[in-house]
Amino acid sequence: MPEEVLATFQVKRVSVLNENGSADLDLMPELSADQIWRMYQLMVLSRCFDERAVSLQREGRLGTYPPIRGQEAAQVGSAFALKADDWVFPSFREMGVHLTLGYPIPQLLQYWAGDERAQKTPPQLNIFPFCVAVGSQIPHAVGAALAARYRRDSAAVAVYFGDGATSKGDFHEAMNMAGVYQLPIVFICQNNQWAISVPLKGQTASASLAQKALAYGFEGVQVDGNDVLAVYRATKQALEKATSGGGPTFLECLTYRMADHTTADDAGRYRSDEEVALWNGRDPILRLERFLAASGAWTPEQGRGVKEEATSLIDRGVGEMEAVPPPDPAELFDATLAALTPRQAGQRKGR
Amino acid sequence: MAQLNMVQAINQALADEMARDDRVVLLGEDVGRDGGVFRVTDGLQDRFGAERVLDTPLCESAIMGAAIGMAAYGLRPVPEIQFMGFTYSAFEQLFAHAARLRSRSRGRYSCPLVVRTPYGGGIKAPELHEESTEAIFCHIPGLKVVVPSGPYNAKGLLLAALRDPDPVLFLEPTRLYRMVKEEVPEGDYQLELGKARVARKGSAVTVVAWGSMLERVLRAIDGYDAEVIDLLTLNPLDLEALLSSVQKTGRAVIVHEAIKTCGLGAEIAATLAEEAMLHLRAPILRVTAPDVPVPLAKLIDQYLPGPDRIRAALDEVLKY
Repeated sequence: MPEEVLATFQVKRVSVLNENGSADLDLMPELSADQIWRMYQLMVLSRCFDERAVSLQREGRLGTYPPIRGQEAAQVGSAFALKADDWVFPSFREMGVHLTLGYPIPQLLQYWAGDERAQKTPPQLNIFPFCVAVGSQIPHAVGAALAARYRRDSAAVAVYFGDGATSKGDFHEAMNMAGVYQLPIVFICQNNQWAISVPLKGQTASASLAQKALAYGFEGVQVDGNDVLAVYRATKQALEKATSGGGPTFLECLTYRMADHTTADDAGRYRSDEEVALWNGRDPILRLERFLAASGAWTPEQGRGVKEEATSLIDRGVGEMEAVPPPDPAELFDATLAALTPRQAGQRKGR
Repeated sequence: MAQLNMVQAINQALADEMARDDRVVLLGEDVGRDGGVFRVTDGLQDRFGAERVLDTPLCESAIMGAAIGMAAYGLRPVPEIQFMGFTYSAFEQLFAHAARLRSRSRGRYSCPLVVRTPYGGGIKAPELHEESTEAIFCHIPGLKVVVPSGPYNAKGLLLAALRDPDPVLFLEPTRLYRMVKEEVPEGDYQLELGKARVARKGSAVTVVAWGSMLERVLRAIDGYDAEVIDLLTLNPLDLEALLSSVQKTGRAVIVHEAIKTCGLGAEIAATLAEEAMLHLRAPILRVTAPDVPVPLAKLIDQYLPGPDRIRAALDEVLKY
């Protein structure tokens, strides 16, 4: 018997803005000028937040912090496509997602300052606490998608993770389950190319991460993750597919972590200055500025204005964060169980 | 009143609760069409549909993780892990997420799920199918650990677990699944989690046991004036029941089928030493499995504590 080809696949790559900020008009998502401006503001806000967080850490006012510099388009573009009742499962490097969804700035800072009271998500947001154990939030998102479908809700679920998480069992188990049940979920991978010191080629032998979805029976798309319009377009389409019964989508947002893994890391030990310089030229904020400038919608002065506004929001956030009284030691116990065990109750009283 | 075995009692509890509360959803490997490898969920998919009794792919971590997402969303998932030895694949989800979701989110999200898993040795099953590593799970703050010892308490404890606002690991001693039948009321009754039961009254020595060891202890103590405490909930421990019995008897023997080192017996003995030292008339003894992996069938009887070893421990403490 002859050998047969059982299946052949293609993996799409989506980009709207090139590095000079010129847009492919056929692929332009439906966004008003105001909405694009808002995305720009959110990207700048994310950058300012990040810069401030790093300097606060250096001053000892925050604990270890994982910078998001370079990933603003992937975060703001995807979160901008979410609806208020969608469920979001972040990893620990999604501060741009949080800011886009309206997570309070003082509260975001408060968490990184070591106060877990800040993980109590505001009631209007269905966003899970930061997940520090890599990839372990992905099955939770699948469970929420199962529950949304069981409840006949119109909500979709978005789960964020990095390239390192695609090496974990939980990623594969969750992707498989989502494919088997055809769940309303969007897997959003920010492939920032480095899992601490191990580059992408040390995580996978695949030509792309996007193609991993094909093995689980649904579409995987690679998106230019430094192109906010492409990320928005791909996420919006995936969310619409999810809520209309079309099943899951895996989005690989190809981006780059410009900074260290965390403030405790020194990326100079494992990657070259040339590589970082190359990606500096692909800065997602500069790219959007070039796009806006070409149509006269952005001037350096307006850019300064946006930055000043963001800085003052962050200033206010830092002040509010530092005005929060420290937690009481009894708070160690208060949310561990609905009702404390007798031993916990005794320990809470110092016995 | 119907005479049921433990499998039937658990099945009845699940069916009753599913009928009462549409948030209860079962998920796991082979729980649907096949009714579970021990038939505990038999007939439930026919009655409640494939959306409420989900046959999952073979993926313990995703079963547990998905159950966490479902619970946070407002459902009452009941993940079944086919054997306790397979919970190790799901351990991170249980430890890092299920047990601490309430705490991490400062109460915004809770995780009311009940993990059911067959547990314990003596059924001639392959490697990793007869595990008794309950102490590992008792070391997780935020997770309750429950072990029934008979059909009646299995139903009452499971109904309580299904209504508990926090995650519960419900360990079902496989050796007892079909060993005994008891009268099990048809209606709704709950046995409070965290409460032990005096399985037999006595005054010379307290014997602490749970799960399938209880049956062996009750056989072994014939002729001894022993009080037997059946823990039922392993975390949180019913310290009051343990202390009041030991204050009366002055002697304690703890019997468990898990290995000795860092077993739950160590926690109980330490607590009794801390809180009942002046009532003790003899050293606290533990009768346990040796510190080796659970063997296959040929040596399982040498591994599990038997009546002879239990009686030897009783004789030893009664010498004082």
